[in-house]
Amino acid sequence: MYQYDTYDQAMVDSRVSEFTDQVARRLSGALTEDQFKPLRLKNGLYLQLHAYMLRVAIPYGTLDSRQMRMLGDIADRYDRGYGHFTTRQNIQYNWIKLEDAPAILADLATVGMHAIQTSGNCIRNTTADHFAGAAADEVADPRPYAELLRQWSTFHPEFDYLPRKFKVAIIGSETDRAAMKLHDIGIQVVRNQAGETGLRVHVGGGMGRTPMIAPVIRDWLPPLQMISYLEACLRVYNRHGRRDNKYKARIKILVHEIGADEYRRQVEEEFAHILTLGLEPPPAELERIKAQFADPAFDPAAPQAIDLSDPDFALWVDQNVHAHKAPGYGIVTISLKPTGGIPGDASADQIRLIADLARDHSFDELRVTHAQNVVLPHVKRSDLHAIWQKLDAAGLATPNLDLIGDIIACPGLDYCSLANARSIPLAQKISQRFADIGRQRELGELKLKISGCINACGHHHAGHIGVLGVDRKGLENYQLLFGGSEGADTSLGAIIGPGFTEDGLVDAIETATNLYLAQRTGDERFLDTFRRIGSAPFKEAIYG
Amino acid sequence: MGDTLIRLREDAASTAPVIAFADLTGASNASAVRLSPGDDARALLPLLDRLELIEVVFPGFNDGRGYSAAAILREYGYAGELRAVGDVLIDQLSHYHRVGFDAFLPDQPITRAQVDKAIRTWPEVYQRTVDGRPAIWALRHG
Repeated sequence: MYQYDTYDQAMVDSRVSEFTDQVARRLSGALTEDQFKPLRLKNGLYLQLHAYMLRVAIPYGTLDSRQMRMLGDIADRYDRGYGHFTTRQNIQYNWIKLEDAPAILADLATVGMHAIQTSGNCIRNTTADHFAGAAADEVADPRPYAELLRQWSTFHPEFDYLPRKFKVAIIGSETDRAAMKLHDIGIQVVRNQAGETGLRVHVGGGMGRTPMIAPVIRDWLPPLQMISYLEACLRVYNRHGRRDNKYKARIKILVHEIGADEYRRQVEEEFAHILTLGLEPPPAELERIKAQFADPAFDPAAPQAIDLSDPDFALWVDQNVHAHKAPGYGIVTISLKPTGGIPGDASADQIRLIADLARDHSFDELRVTHAQNVVLPHVKRSDLHAIWQKLDAAGLATPNLDLIGDIIACPGLDYCSLANARSIPLAQKISQRFADIGRQRELGELKLKISGCINACGHHHAGHIGVLGVDRKGLENYQLLFGGSEGADTSLGAIIGPGFTEDGLVDAIETATNLYLAQRTGDERFLDTFRRIGSAPFKEAIYG
Repeated sequence: MGDTLIRLREDAASTAPVIAFADLTGASNASAVRLSPGDDARALLPLLDRLELIEVVFPGFNDGRGYSAAAILREYGYAGELRAVGDVLIDQLSHYHRVGFDAFLPDQPITRAQVDKAIRTWPEVYQRTVDGRPAIWALRHG
C-alpha cells in the first residue's frame, strides 16, 4: 500500500501546527465560535450533542497495522475506549475534548494519518472498493487513482468553499462495492476491447433528502487526464452550483436542473481549457504510486483446500470470507455487527487485535468498508482457522456478512445533533429479533440500512430494507423503505406506507421477511422478490 | 468595508474609480472593476489588457466562487492587481494567494505579518496553480 514520502508527511505536519494555532486562538477567545467552526470542520471536528466528535480520514479505506494500532490507542487515550467506523470508510471518536484535538492530530501524524477535509464544504476523503487489489473479479486496482485524487484534493485552494460537501468514490470491478453511483462523482476503472484502461465518470449522484443516481458524464477518460477532468467538473460546480439553499446545493441538483447533457457540455468546454494548463501529474507519478500498490508476495504454494470440519468455523468461512484473486488466499471481512451490538463500534482492544492479525496474516494491510466492517484483504486460507479462533474469542466472529444482522446505522440521536431519531437502539432490537444465524442465512443477502434523519448517513435509500427516522410531533417515528440497492444494480428504495414506532418497525420488518420467504422463487434475494412482486403484497401484509 | 489594503505587488495601487461589473458596458474606458460572486469572470477576458485592478468581492468567506473567478483571470493572462475584498480571513489567505490574489482588502483588519505567515502555511503544495509554485509531483520527478 501507499507509504508517505517526506512531502506527504510535511503536509500532514503543517496541518497539525496550523490547527494547534487555531485551537489556541479559539481557547484564548481570539476566534469566535462562528469563525472557528469552519476551521474545526476542515479538521473533522464536530460539536455534537454531548461532546466534540473527531472524524479521522482513512484514505480509500486502506490502512496498515501501525495506523490501526494508533486508532486503538487514541480510543483509549482520548475517548472512552472505543471508536466508530463509519459509512465513509472513516473512524469517528464521539467523546473528544477540544483541548485534546491538537494532540490527537499530532499522534495521528506520527503514523501518516489526519482528519483533513473529513467535513466542511470541500472535497472529502475519497472512498473506494474495500476489496481493491484483492477481489477475484477486479478489472484494475482503483487505489492508485484514489491516491492521485487524495493528493490533488488535499488543500486544493480553489475548491475549499464549494456550495456543499463533495464526495468521490472509485471502483475497479463490475461489482460495485462502494455505492459509486450514489456519490457526487463516481469513477469506474474500465478496460476497452483493445485492452486499454480508461475511466468512466458518473457525476451527480447522492443520497440525502433528494437521492439521485449519478448519470454517466464521460464514458471514457484516459487515466492521465483524470485530474484535469475533475478540475473541470469541480470548477463548473463551484461557479454554478446553487448557494441560495443548502438543501439544493449538492452537485446532483445542478446536474439535475441543467440536465446531464448541458452539464457535460460545460465540463467539456472547461476541460479543453484546463488541458492547456499542464495540471496533470506526469505518467511517472502514476507509475510511482502504482508500484506501491503492487501485489504482495503471495505464496504460490498456498493450499486452497482447508479443513472445514468445525461447523462454526465452516459457517464463518462460508459467510465472511470472499474469493481472492490469488489461489490459496481469501478476503476476510470482520463483522463489527455482533448480535445486539452497535454497528461499526470497536473497542480499543478489538482494534489492536485486528491490527495484530493484519500484521501477522494479511501483509500488514486492512480495509474499512462502507458497511462499517473491517477487512483483512490478503489471508492465506490455511491461516483462516487460527484467525477465526482469535476473532471469536474477541467477539469479532459473527458470521453475518451481508445478512440482515449486518446492519448499517448512523450514530443517530444518541450522538448526532442533526438526527431526528435514534438509530442505534433500533439496530440493536432488529439484530436481537433476528439473532439466530440460521434464520438470517435462510433469509439470505439482505442489506438493512438505518438513517436517523433525512441526511441519509445510514444509506437508507440504498437498503434492500431501509429505515428513516423522523420526528413525528415530538416522537421518534420510523419510515420503512423497500427496494433500494447500492450495487451495480443501484436503485432507490421507496417508502412503503405510514411510519412506525420502534417496536412496530421491528414487527413490520419481520412481517416483510416472512412474506418474502413465502413468495420467493428459486434463489431470489429479498430484493429480487420485492422487485418481481412489487410493493402491494408487502403493504397488504404489513398494514392489512 | 475596512480600509487596510495589503498589497503583495511592487507597483503603485490603481487610483482609477472601481466600476461594478454590471455597469461595465457603459464605462468603456474603465480600468478597475469589481466582480461579485455571481458575475462571470470570463466576460472580462476581452478587456484584460486595459484592466489594472480587479476586485473580487467575498460577501461571506464561505462563498467560494471568487476562487474560481481569480484562477480563471490569471489562467487567461491577467497580470494586473487581483484584490480580494470583504470577508477575507487569515485562514483563507494561503488559498487566495494560490489562486492568484495579490492584494487583500479585508473587512476586519489583518496585518502584513499575518499575511506573510499565512501564505507560507504549506512548505510544498500538491496542485499546480496560477501561483507558479511547483507541484509536489513535479518536485518528485524533476
